Amino acid sequence: MLEATLSALIVMGALFIFIGSLGLVRMADFHTRLHGPTKATTLGVGSLLIASMIHFSTQGNGVSFHELIVTLFLFITAPVSAHLLSKAALHLRVKSLAPPPELVGRTDSDPDLVQ
Amino acid sequence: MMRWLLPHPILTPLLVLIWVLLANSVSPGTILLGVLLGWIIPLATMRFWPDRIYVHKPLLLARFMLVLLYDILVSNLAVAWLILSGPRHSEPAFVLVPLELRSDLGISMLASTISMTPGTVSSWLSPDRRTLVVHGLNVTDPAALVETIKRRYEAPLLEILEPC
Amino acid sequence: MLSTAVTLAFALVAASLALTLWRLLWGPDKPDRILALDTLYVNSIALLVLYGIYLNTALYFEAAILIAMMGFLSTVALCKYLLRGDIIE
Repeated sequence: MLEATLSALIVMGALFIFIGSLGLVRMADFHTRLHGPTKATTLGVGSLLIASMIHFSTQGNGVSFHELIVTLFLFITAPVSAHLLSKAALHLRVKSLAPPPELVGRTDSDPDLVQ
Repeated sequence: MMRWLLPHPILTPLLVLIWVLLANSVSPGTILLGVLLGWIIPLATMRFWPDRIYVHKPLLLARFMLVLLYDILVSNLAVAWLILSGPRHSEPAFVLVPLELRSDLGISMLASTISMTPGTVSSWLSPDRRTLVVHGLNVTDPAALVETIKRRYEAPLLEILEPC
Repeated sequence: MLSTAVTLAFALVAASLALTLWRLLWGPDKPDRILALDTLYVNSIALLVLYGIYLNTALYFEAAILIAMMGFLSTVALCKYLLRGDIIE
């Protein structure tokens, strides 16, 4: 039972990681590519880390909550790096399928307003 | 007095938790050292925290976290399906979300929440901090998306962080 | 059963590393390459964790934590560079 849960978590995590990276290659423009790695890959690594946590906690050497810190760190940092990447792409006017809002173009060219 | 005893009521427990997780043990010595670090580090970095953070409704925060966890799982399945079905089946678009939140923490929490949930990434914050530009992977109805973000994420955050 | 799952997961993570590498080399724009690097470090954390389960050792977690921190910092620094043309102002 435990082994089945662990195996399911590991395979699910790896599948999500694969789908995230597939999105990185398959999607058509930068802004749509950003969605795969930020969401699917983070969840995949999170589920792998939880599997590892269960695995080492049931080995008989006491509980192991080590992995929780990496999971938390990834879940906090992934949106931040996604936001920065998206902002950089808007700033550089990377090719985009969806037209960027006109508000961005207006204020982004003003150096005093860019933070 | 309170400022010296408990310089940052949220950062301190968080630092203790991180220390315990890093050491991977819950022995009294580890916790004591963690509490010491959790007291000294906020004191040393006090100047980086100009305004104190208050959580007004902890229960609502817990509920918000549960909703968020559920949304992260569901959104991942939705995004995974969109990726597998290929780029031709998605309609990306930028939408503008007018913000009611004013505090730095509130806006950054909302932006992170948006990035982690259904096919949306927060892309850009206008310099006057009143509009958040959000990129959606598959937007069929932009008005409904803005409405969902405001009702589901911004309203609870407003109540938790800025009740007045 | 666990070893089969770990082997399968190794294959999937290796395949995603290859896909990421393709985007890193091909990526038409600079943000694409940075995004590929970002995904690459997250994938390598996954590979390390899997290796830890495979060898049944908790030795690799410190490495995973370090990769997570350094990877995030380098992504932020590279984005800052793209936004301002400078890292430290």
